[in-house]
Amino acid sequence: MMLVAQAESTLVLPHVDWVSVAPATILIGAAFVLLVAGSLLRGRLPKPTNITVTIAAAVAAMFSTIPLWERVREGRAAATLADAVQVDGFGVFFVITICSALVLSALIGEGFFVRENLPGPEYNVLMLLSASGGIIMATANDLIVLFLGLEILSIALYVLAGSNVRKVESQESALKYFVLGAFSSAVLLYGIALVYGAVGTTNLSGISTYLGDRVIFGNSLLVGGMVLLLVGLGFKVAAVPFHMWTPDVYQGAPSPITGFMAATAKAAGFAALLRVFVSALGSRGTDWQPVVWVLAVITMVVGAILAVVQSDVKRMMAYSSISHAGFIMIGLEAASHRTGASGVSGSLFYLLAYTFIVLGTFAVITIVGGQGDSAHRLDDYNGLARRKPALALAFTLFLLAQAGIPATSGFIAKFGVINAAVQVHSYAIAIVAMLTGVITASFYLRLIMRMYTAEPGEGAVAVRIPMGATIALVLCSAATLVGGLLPQVVVEFAQKATLR
Amino acid sequence: MMMSGTLAEATSGTPILTLLVAVPLLAAVVVLLLPRSRQEVVKLVALLASVGTGALSVWMLLAFDKHEAGYQFSSMHPWISSLGISWNVGVDGISLLLVVLTGVLFPVAILGPDENKDVKAYLAWLLVLEAGVMGVFISLDLFLFFVFFEVVLVPMYFLINGWGHGNNTYSAMKFFLYTMFGSSLMLVASLALVFLYRDKTGITTFDINVLQHAAQDVLTRTQGRWLFAAFALAFAVKVPVFPLHTWLPDAHTDAPTAGSVILAGVMLKMGTYGFIRFAIFLFPEAARWFAPVLLTVGVIGIIYGALAAIAQKDLKRLVAYSSVAHLGFIVMGIFAFSTQGLTGGVLQMINHGVSTPALFLLIGWIYERRHTREISELRGLQKSAPVMAGIFTIVMLSSIGVPGLNGFAGEFLILIGTFVTRRWWAVVAASGVILAAIYLLWAYQRSFHGEPAAPDDANARMADLTLRERLVMAPLLLLIVGMGVYPKPALERIEPSVKALLQHVSDSTGYTQPAVAAGAGDQK
Repeated sequence: MMLVAQAESTLVLPHVDWVSVAPATILIGAAFVLLVAGSLLRGRLPKPTNITVTIAAAVAAMFSTIPLWERVREGRAAATLADAVQVDGFGVFFVITICSALVLSALIGEGFFVRENLPGPEYNVLMLLSASGGIIMATANDLIVLFLGLEILSIALYVLAGSNVRKVESQESALKYFVLGAFSSAVLLYGIALVYGAVGTTNLSGISTYLGDRVIFGNSLLVGGMVLLLVGLGFKVAAVPFHMWTPDVYQGAPSPITGFMAATAKAAGFAALLRVFVSALGSRGTDWQPVVWVLAVITMVVGAILAVVQSDVKRMMAYSSISHAGFIMIGLEAASHRTGASGVSGSLFYLLAYTFIVLGTFAVITIVGGQGDSAHRLDDYNGLARRKPALALAFTLFLLAQAGIPATSGFIAKFGVINAAVQVHSYAIAIVAMLTGVITASFYLRLIMRMYTAEPGEGAVAVRIPMGATIALVLCSAATLVGGLLPQVVVEFAQKATLR
Repeated sequence: MMMSGTLAEATSGTPILTLLVAVPLLAAVVVLLLPRSRQEVVKLVALLASVGTGALSVWMLLAFDKHEAGYQFSSMHPWISSLGISWNVGVDGISLLLVVLTGVLFPVAILGPDENKDVKAYLAWLLVLEAGVMGVFISLDLFLFFVFFEVVLVPMYFLINGWGHGNNTYSAMKFFLYTMFGSSLMLVASLALVFLYRDKTGITTFDINVLQHAAQDVLTRTQGRWLFAAFALAFAVKVPVFPLHTWLPDAHTDAPTAGSVILAGVMLKMGTYGFIRFAIFLFPEAARWFAPVLLTVGVIGIIYGALAAIAQKDLKRLVAYSSVAHLGFIVMGIFAFSTQGLTGGVLQMINHGVSTPALFLLIGWIYERRHTREISELRGLQKSAPVMAGIFTIVMLSSIGVPGLNGFAGEFLILIGTFVTRRWWAVVAASGVILAAIYLLWAYQRSFHGEPAAPDDANARMADLTLRERLVMAPLLLLIVGMGVYPKPALERIEPSVKALLQHVSDSTGYTQPAVAAGAGDQK
């Protein structure tokens, strides 16, 4: 305990357990170092500095979780920073997920920013900050801290979406994302206020204890707060009907940024959803379960159906990511039941697997997009297998994984959440999910077919695969295959990464 | 079948079943890594791997203890232990012959058609397909089975899409989505079974030997019937049973020859096999309850498939529809719930898996030479290709079910077996035998008999079978004649397992078949 004595009053600062907050601190520190060094040395930095620092920071953050995981395994996971940050297995899992996304995005972005002639460290700085925001969200034990994390994540993402300064679509995407995102933040904040009004605390453990001790009937303040929290976080994970921003933003943002957004914002959003609803509001499961059920079903179905009619790959992937959000929500729905602990681990596995699948997908999209990042029509994929067989094979793997075909991590992920749903006897949602899987397979297969059978068009853009993207593709393919064939280790990790 | 639970735990000697999956899979990777320029090496590796796998399966046939009804060559290793999933494989008399059939058909499919377009990818997909099909027939774990059942769609999709003819893009998609739709509910049903069992017993397992009494001990009648329906839907699409068959003529017609050979030879059997191994074994009561429905759609399939075949103008499409009819027979035999019917059903799976691929190969060779499969374009092929005509006749007669050739024994057993338990279904089905004679003989007559229109037109100049093609046909002809004259080696391996299955059904439901139907063994 550190005391700072002052003349009139004594300000008591909370004890800071630096090990617990190391992951976010490392990322923020790296961001500042990069920013300062970049502006002071201006172009005198050796070229690979940005990516090296980013990846080093992400890897360091991942390694910094080792002592945390040891604590979790010994059952010593505890809240710190005046009970505002909770470092449990759940948090550690998200640090790994988000840092993986960061490493892959940095690798994919490296070649992209050179190709599009957008030098400068700011992209990496923003990605580092955004990732740190995601980690803060995932480890928050207080609604206010959670909101701070959300804002750090989001504001960096707004800027990143508009970072292709020469493209008007990129500006448009940033503006839309910003306006709608700010709106949803306001809704979330209002939800926090209402919950505070109902239970008298913003601390998640506090809310849980308060609700666990009392039987509350018809408290409209609490119910209203829960609804607004769900809306605000539903926007972040792009659940229908709060998904309207997704296709435009995904399409307009620079491709590697879209991949980063799809992986990180989704992971962090679900971390917050699970933490708030399962851990804090878990005892009110019967209240929010029907809403989540409906959201999950319409998110899956609407996302899948609208993806079928898209002619732009990035828009298609936007709708497919919406559909995936619906699948992940099945885990949340299952977790609303008393025996639904496997819902959380199902969602966790899904998010980690999805991170690698979606970033692999966007690595390919970035590469095929070509100079100007504009070749994103389905036609641009015609005959890709003939021009770049290995790239087409990798893309096929990612698309099959998204469709949930066995032997890929996508199947184990889908299996995990459906497993959780059936365990709590939510058969209807499991059946809807499986049938939705067939719809999604149809458009993934159509894309695969174009690569293998269609003739390449006249103005086919030359495809060049930079070094960084190659490494990212290899990592993503390996993770997708290993996650499908030997998932035991990761499944166990997800099962042990419980909320406290 | 009671002792199979303990047998499954005993792993002895070489994990031969695991090799059946691993060898083709490794060969596929090797094929992919070989340089594109060395086509002959690529072909040799693929052929050796598939012949090696075939040899392993044949060795298994000889080493198989025919007095034992339970699973043999079993091995079991934990896979995703935290979810109760394991690599649990074994064969009994029902799956043994299907494994051997797979082992024999793949070398034939690889060597038979002369495919020259992107050989590397083509052979790699075929080998992956072989691994998948083998996996389906040896899995004794619900999760493992689902993985293989669905994963085989991918190589087949690529084979039809990449190397097929005609409207192949559409057919490949239709094939994939239909089957995926069918199996989607099966996964939910598997999980429901597993967790309902766990809620009662506290054991999470996907092992079908542990779950075999679940339907009786744990599930309510209604639950059992719903779960059976979900499994049955998956298998009915795969078989395919009328009216879910519409993907089959498209996929068969537009697939490359090797694809049709495998599709008709073994992949359709995944459906009928699934009925026996999973749907009936796990839910005996529901299977008995649903039997009239499946018998009826089976019989409709027999008549409908035959009538549709008569109307076809394309030889390959005709054979595709004949498969609908033949598979209808098999479904009928299975759901007759008599030793004879079920034994005949299993035997007929093998017979159909020999004759229909042979027909597809022959039609494929006609197409390679004449670039058409329209019956009206072919005429008098007997003159120009007498050897082909002779082989075609034998294969065709086997498919019709002429005594002395393999098709007869199976169909006969199915009809007897059904007659004793479900008389009227058998009576209607018997007319299908006559219809089969009509469509095949008529098609043969139109394309092989007569005189070519002009003495030097394409039909008159068509080359006869080459040495390679004759060698490819040899094992199939041997099986056609061998199993027709002397089906005993096959029957005596099938029968103990069939009897054990029916015993399991009777233990669980109290159903006993008429004594006359149980005595299939005596009439050998």
